[in-house]
Amino acid sequence: MDLIVCIKRVPQTAEAEVKIDASGKDIVRDRLTFDMNEADSYALEAAILLKEKFGGTITAISLGTADAEDTLRIALAKGADNAIRIKAEEFAQLDGFKTAALLKEVIKDITFDAIFTGCMATDDSYYQVGPVLAELLGVGHATLVSKVEVADGKAQVNRELEGGLIEHLEMSLPAVFAVQTGINEPRYASLIAIRRAAGKEIRVVGREEISIELKSNSTLEGLFLPPVGKRAEILSGSTDEISTKAATIIKEKGLI
Amino acid sequence: MATILAVIEHRQGVIRDITFELLTLGRKLAEKNNAQLIGVLLGHDTQSLAESLRTHVHRLLVADHEVFSDFNGETYQQSLATIVKKESPFLTLVGNTAFGIDFAPSLATQLGFPFTTDCIGVEMVDGRIRVTRQLYDGKMDAHVQLAESTSYVLTVRSGICPAEQGGLSAEVEKIESPVVSQPDHKRFIEYIEAVVGDVDITKADVVVGVGRGIKEQANLPLVEDFAKAIGGVVACSRPIVDANWLPKDRQVGSSGKTVKPKLYIAIGISGAFQHIAGMKNSDTIIAINKDSNAPIFNEADYGIVDDLFKVLPALKNKILEIKK
Ligand SMILES: Cc1cc2nc3c(=O)[nH]c(=O)nc-3n(C[C@H](O)[C@H](O)[C@H](O)COP(=O)(O)OP(=O)(O)OC[C@H]3O[C@@H](n4cnc5c(N)ncnc54)[C@H](O)[C@@H]3O)c2cc1C
Ligand SMILES: Nc1ncnc2c1ncn2[C@@H]1O[C@H](COP(=O)(O)O)[C@@H](O)[C@H]1O
Repeated sequence: MDLIVCIKRVPQTAEAEVKIDASGKDIVRDRLTFDMNEADSYALEAAILLKEKFGGTITAISLGTADAEDTLRIALAKGADNAIRIKAEEFAQLDGFKTAALLKEVIKDITFDAIFTGCMATDDSYYQVGPVLAELLGVGHATLVSKVEVADGKAQVNRELEGGLIEHLEMSLPAVFAVQTGINEPRYASLIAIRRAAGKEIRVVGREEISIELKSNSTLEGLFLPPVGKRAEILSGSTDEISTKAATIIKEKGLI
Repeated sequence: MATILAVIEHRQGVIRDITFELLTLGRKLAEKNNAQLIGVLLGHDTQSLAESLRTHVHRLLVADHEVFSDFNGETYQQSLATIVKKESPFLTLVGNTAFGIDFAPSLATQLGFPFTTDCIGVEMVDGRIRVTRQLYDGKMDAHVQLAESTSYVLTVRSGICPAEQGGLSAEVEKIESPVVSQPDHKRFIEYIEAVVGDVDITKADVVVGVGRGIKEQANLPLVEDFAKAIGGVVACSRPIVDANWLPKDRQVGSSGKTVKPKLYIAIGISGAFQHIAGMKNSDTIIAINKDSNAPIFNEADYGIVDDLFKVLPALKNKILEIKK
């Protein structure tokens, strides 16, 4: 099976302080760490598992700046055969739709049985690149995919709904699967594999290779800090004092 | 008259809460813009569902057909493409749910309409749409202007527009189902119910929720001991289940369980809205997190900004002392 995996390199913001930059439209990036989008590592693993079963190739694609190549090399070390970077720096106003349209322009010349994407990228949270890419390519799709098994040319696909309910579908290939986190155990790349991947060529696609005029759906006007909600009363003091305060609150509520 | 169209989300015979939120939002936008709100219900044996919607919309279009007995994103997309083309609303609203994201982005793409997803605020300014979205793990909000068009599609996050009574009285308008069979390339087979485990976290008075801040599976006993001391059950955020450290039935949140204990203690949990959705109605919430900017502190009643590895043992001892 020939498989494609779309991979985004994203800032790791869950535990970091996130600040707005001078343009007001982006965050300050220089003190953040970056990594493969969480769901994409599950998407990549899903593709590797299918390749191990059926043979074939995996092409990893990322629309990003030069450092996205580091993330693509991790994908190569884990089991991708080819990697392509689309030069994000040459395209203005990228939103989910334009991202999908750019990915489509490159993917349309590649034969594939399935495309794996993450269900959502943690930086822009669009939940849309996978299904829009499918629509543009004229193939079927499923989002929030929690299982893909292929037999007799058909895919048995599970989608995870609210409350943990599962929707089981049967789909034909080719198709796009936007996968949810937790669906497999993403492997680690071995040191030898990482070293080998360092020497592999990454195809770089620039503006001049994209023949169509691309539009975006939306323009980001500006970032702002989320309005402060009902802020918690912060218990202060030493760890011992804080613990005493918390234990007292719990006791007063009659819970111990 | 200008119209706004809202897609009714229902599953297994029940209208989902997001629908009434969406209809409330749609009605407010319609009032402000001198427009009518149209609800579109695709389903089978829809009579009682339709009845509960009539007060919420100006018009209710119902396509009743067995192809809609169960959800198939593709049949929804193709049916809505036909209906939206015919009704030409200037705005189509869909929930940003497992249901909505499976067809709304591809529907908008098929129709060539500007769209965006997971909106937490929607405004109309001079006939154009401006939305608020959340980025970077909920740590930033953004205003986003949609490209100029005669028609837009938006998906809206659940919980951002509390449902209100409608006060309208639409008649049901039966329409022909635009689609009569599932496509060969995507067929619904069945729903598989979530597995039931040994502990029911929805029944406990005290729930101790652990998140990625615990770092390693080997550290979980720290939380288990703490939960035992306080007499609570251990629950968790999604990444803990993704890593197989705890079973799925311990997950709190939109794709897990909804809990309403007397006390919820969030330990090393950042407070993503999907997690909040599952615990925000707890009587008292205490959060322990070393990041003072973690969104969880917007939801908690009491916050402890500190290292959980220091706080948990200390708090456990205090609780055991009090119990003695
Ligand atoms: C469709 C969909 C459905 C989802 N459903 C759910 C759901 O049902 N439930 C759910 O929980 N999530 C769900 N998620 C995932 C959700 O978006 C978040 O990714 C997740 O909730 C984050 O979990 P977390 O807070 O444990 O981890 P993180 O966001 O990584 O946060 C870890 C926190 O631990 C803190 N921390 C780290 N070290 C320490 C320390 N030593 N002491 C104190 N604090 C520390 C950090 O400051 C940080 O705030 C869903 C996502 C999607 C896309
Ligand atoms: N710039 C990008 N390059 C490659 N893949 C991407 C890019 N942006 C999004 N994707 C893919 O689309 C998925 C969903 O992203 P989004 O719709 O932006 O939330 C991600 O998990 C990736 O698999």
